[in-house]
Amino acid sequence: METKTIREGDAAGFESGFGMNWVDIGTIHDIPLRGARCVRTPQGRIAVFRTADDQVFAMEDRCPHKAGPLSQGIVHGTSVTCPLHNMVISLETGKALGADEGEVRTIPIRNRDGLLSIAVDTLSLLVAAE
Amino acid sequence: MKQKLVIIGNGMAPGRMLEELFEQAPGLYDVVIFNAEPRVNYDRIMLSPVLSGEKLYEDIVIHGDDWYARHGVTLHKGAKVTGIDRAAKTVTSANGVTESYDKLVIATGSLPFIIPVPGHALPGVLAYRDLDDVEKMLDATRRGGRAIVIGAGLLGLEAAYGLKRQGMDVTVIHIMPTIMERQLDPPAAYLLEKALNDRGIEIITKANTKRIVGEDKVEGIELEDGRVIEGTIVVMAVGIRPAAQLAKEAGVVTNRGIVVDDGMMTSDGSIYALGECAEHRGVCYGLVAPLYESAKTLADRLIGGASEYRGSVVNTKLKVTGINLFSAGDFAEGEDREEIVLRDATAGVYKRLVLKDNRIVGAVLYGETADGAWFFDMIKRGTDISEMRDTLIFGQAYQGGSPLDPTAAVAALPDDAEICGCNGVCKSKIVGTITAKGLTSLDDVRAHTKASASCGSCTGLVEQLMVLTLGDSYNPSAVQPMCTCTELGHDDVRRLIVAKGLKTIPAVMQELEWKTSCGCAKCRPALNYYLVCDWPDEYADDYQSRFINERVHANIQKDGTYSVVPRMWGGVTNAGELRAIADVVDKFEIPMVKVTGGQRIDLLGIHKEDLPAVWADLGKAGFVSGQAYAKGLRTVKTCVGTDWCRFGTQDSTGLGIRLEKFMWGSWTPAKLKLAVSGCPRNCAEATCKDIGVICVDSGYEIHFAGAAGLDIKGTEVLGLVATEDDALEHIVALAQMYREQGRYLERIYKWAKRVGLDEIRRQIMGDAEKRKGYFDRFVFSQTFAQVDPWSERVSGKDKHEFKPMAVVGMAEAAE
Ligand code: SRM
Ligand SMILES: Cc1cc2nc3c(=O)[nH]c(=O)nc-3n(C[C@H](O)[C@H](O)[C@H](O)COP(=O)(O)OP(=O)(O)OC[C@H]3O[C@@H](n4cnc5c(N)ncnc54)[C@H](O)[C@@H]3O)c2cc1C
Ligand code: SF4
Ligand code: FES
Repeated sequence: METKTIREGDAAGFESGFGMNWVDIGTIHDIPLRGARCVRTPQGRIAVFRTADDQVFAMEDRCPHKAGPLSQGIVHGTSVTCPLHNMVISLETGKALGADEGEVRTIPIRNRDGLLSIAVDTLSLLVAAE
Repeated sequence: MKQKLVIIGNGMAPGRMLEELFEQAPGLYDVVIFNAEPRVNYDRIMLSPVLSGEKLYEDIVIHGDDWYARHGVTLHKGAKVTGIDRAAKTVTSANGVTESYDKLVIATGSLPFIIPVPGHALPGVLAYRDLDDVEKMLDATRRGGRAIVIGAGLLGLEAAYGLKRQGMDVTVIHIMPTIMERQLDPPAAYLLEKALNDRGIEIITKANTKRIVGEDKVEGIELEDGRVIEGTIVVMAVGIRPAAQLAKEAGVVTNRGIVVDDGMMTSDGSIYALGECAEHRGVCYGLVAPLYESAKTLADRLIGGASEYRGSVVNTKLKVTGINLFSAGDFAEGEDREEIVLRDATAGVYKRLVLKDNRIVGAVLYGETADGAWFFDMIKRGTDISEMRDTLIFGQAYQGGSPLDPTAAVAALPDDAEICGCNGVCKSKIVGTITAKGLTSLDDVRAHTKASASCGSCTGLVEQLMVLTLGDSYNPSAVQPMCTCTELGHDDVRRLIVAKGLKTIPAVMQELEWKTSCGCAKCRPALNYYLVCDWPDEYADDYQSRFINERVHANIQKDGTYSVVPRMWGGVTNAGELRAIADVVDKFEIPMVKVTGGQRIDLLGIHKEDLPAVWADLGKAGFVSGQAYAKGLRTVKTCVGTDWCRFGTQDSTGLGIRLEKFMWGSWTPAKLKLAVSGCPRNCAEATCKDIGVICVDSGYEIHFAGAAGLDIKGTEVLGLVATEDDALEHIVALAQMYREQGRYLERIYKWAKRVGLDEIRRQIMGDAEKRKGYFDRFVFSQTFAQVDPWSERVSGKDKHEFKPMAVVGMAEAAE
């Protein structure tokens, strides 16, 4: 039954321009439930998360504490616990939760019937190609 | 002259639209309907009760032939429209009927999706969409055998239930880890799966169909993992696709469905789309409630009105007799969201409300769904619930009440449930003795029943039984909860896992009334360990609940690279092994090679993507994982012993290697390190290890509970044994006792302090039967644990872990 509304992220506006581009990165089934995978880009690694209830999130794969790879952490609810020193990061806002401070840059991600795309900056892709 | 309204498709949506139209403006249009099915409009939703035999086709007809006659509607039955000519404003059907229109409504519904695996066209492969499909299924039930249903969504499960009721054996194959994952969160899915199993329906999750087996009819299916399931029919219920092809061919704008505006109008001003084939604001609906809402809008538009359809929130119920299930809205978690969870394990109830800004945005109810409509109404209205937040979850009828009872889980245990494992005392014995002897203190209970008198890990449960029996007059000592997801402490959780036979993480969370839906980074790894330890043969390890090191079988470093430590049994190596290590270091340009404090070699700074290749090369030289990352057996350090040393009294190297080969691969509450020294000079530093052996002339002195990390503490002596075989049996039994009783992350010296050294000595040294029991359970568990994780991954397991999901950008693509 097709009952679930499709989550478009908040980035629908990028579709038409602003130097941003939606790039397909695979399907939701490529990521384990309550897990994460990485996408390599010229600007660095991006971590793509999938929660127990099939929401997807993307952010830079760098913990604000000491750059730990967040993609390697344990995913619970809509948070991930950093594998290096256990800071808990909100997947939605990129902000550290609890007493900790810090913020990771989140990346717009789109889920269309399981097909995932992230918004990347086309300009910097061109620069990187040079 | 009257305008002519032509409708393609005679399903539930246009049926409702016409009712509205005839009520408000009877006689406004000449109506002509084409229906591919050779029948009138019936209630498609009720096909499942027809399949299960609870209803007949006649019961579910919505509009009989007389209805069409009464309203002057021409119904072309069995007439599938094959073309729309927008210029001429006509439609034509396969059986040669052409009608012109002023207004056209496309209401073609959906097509069931058939997975194109080999064999999908064999007779016996069925979809589940219309009465013809039901008749084919009923036909199959008369022949008996097994039905295989692919897809555990709403339709698949209803089909499975119907086929079961009709006497077939039924197996449901589902690709996802939990069933009905679109409508249910994992805890509710767990309950549903259990209820369906109880009804005799077998469900296989995480299973991908490879092909359908059979020569000229279905004989079964083969899964990706090679399993073959025999069956006489295969029902595919894996999803539906809006039937938009006809509109698309006519040049009407389509996306997934036929794109309509808020007035249900397509890109052509004379053509509307309605029902499952329409796509409104990016959404294609698959349930009737939203279709009925849009049908109302369309009727109004056809009369000349201006009403607008703005989309719907949907809810789902499963029509399986005896199962109460309700889900609505969006129940995903989020930082700006809060959840209220209520679990009643005894009654099999699970309720979860998801709140955002003091409004309910989603609800999942299992077991007790009476308040579904009330919650759904508040979701749709966006009712502010701050006033009733504390009592909201108890439902509409709630009139004040008490907070959840923490003793509920214990109360629900059967009388013969074993509470104290050490002394074999069951629930009824404890409760009976308290009552009969008028006991009021824990010490009294210990004295009279022996419960909690040994290792003490059941103390929490015994105290809960006292509260249950004595009421509030008994004040139990405070238990430190495992984490904020539960009130229960580690020991209680462990004992309840065994007593209640809980074998999955969702089962534990449901039956022990967890307060969150998916736990946290503290409780999940702990539960995973307890389940691995308690059900070695049955539990499927949940890698997503393991810390990264144990998930990828290497140690994460500060820069995100990994270190790799192969086993060097007892610290002994040779030229071949060293050469293989040297070659790997050169080949992968490994930046650091270090001798560890555990008598082996650490290769540091390896990129995650390279791990499988590094392991493949190491594996060829005979190396297996050293588990330097595991809450499990790490190293067994040895000294050179009688082989070389002039003071050696026994073969310490040999015993160390024997122990390591016997115990490797085992998971323990925290890491476990051993050492064997050949004489009391103790060059292997055995007296600060978790378990150590000091060899002496008369045999083997077994030590335990040392520490040389955060704390420093010399070992305690367990006892002296005469032979190497004895040493092995005692050490293994001790390790198993610790495995069964230790709290997650509790090193052996802390466990020993809690349980008491004498108790441990009594059980391991003094009670041969106990010792043998521990030993045998360890050996059994090893038959599942001793699989080298590296070679498993070299052969392709968890491939996704070691590859980026995608590489984006020209610079990388040029590689
Ligand atoms: C590699 C090694 C240091 C070395 O270069 O020699 C080492 C390295 C680490 N130790 Fe250790 N320990 C190493 C021997 C020890 C020893 C000595 C021994 O085993 O004889 C100890 C003291 C004995 C003990 O275990 O208590 C030791 C006590 C610790 C502790 C404190 C544990 C405690 O409960 O007190 C930690 C922290 C922890 O586990 O939480 C720790 C944690 C670590 C971690 C895993 C830190 C981490 O979580 O990332 C380091 C991982 C490095 C890596 O990636 O390999 N390491 N560590 C040694 C590996 C031994 C091996 O071959 O497996
Ligand atoms: C077994 C089952 C159980 C269900 N249970 C529920 C439930 O519990 N709750 C719920 O809300 N929903 C349920 N649904 C979904 C619900 O039945 C549908 O959402 C609803 O029937 C869709 O109505 P519709 O008018 O859009 O399409 P349909 O009812 O599918 O009608 C479309 C009709 O158009 C005909 N047609 C297609 N193409 C052409 C053509 N080219 N020319 C002529 N005719 C054509 C088809 O033959 C069909 O008769 C269930 C569905 C099924 C199959
Ligand atoms: S002592 Fe162990 S944990 Fe501390 S820095 Fe050295 S290796 Fe790391
Ligand atoms: S780097 Fe993430 S918590 Fe330290």
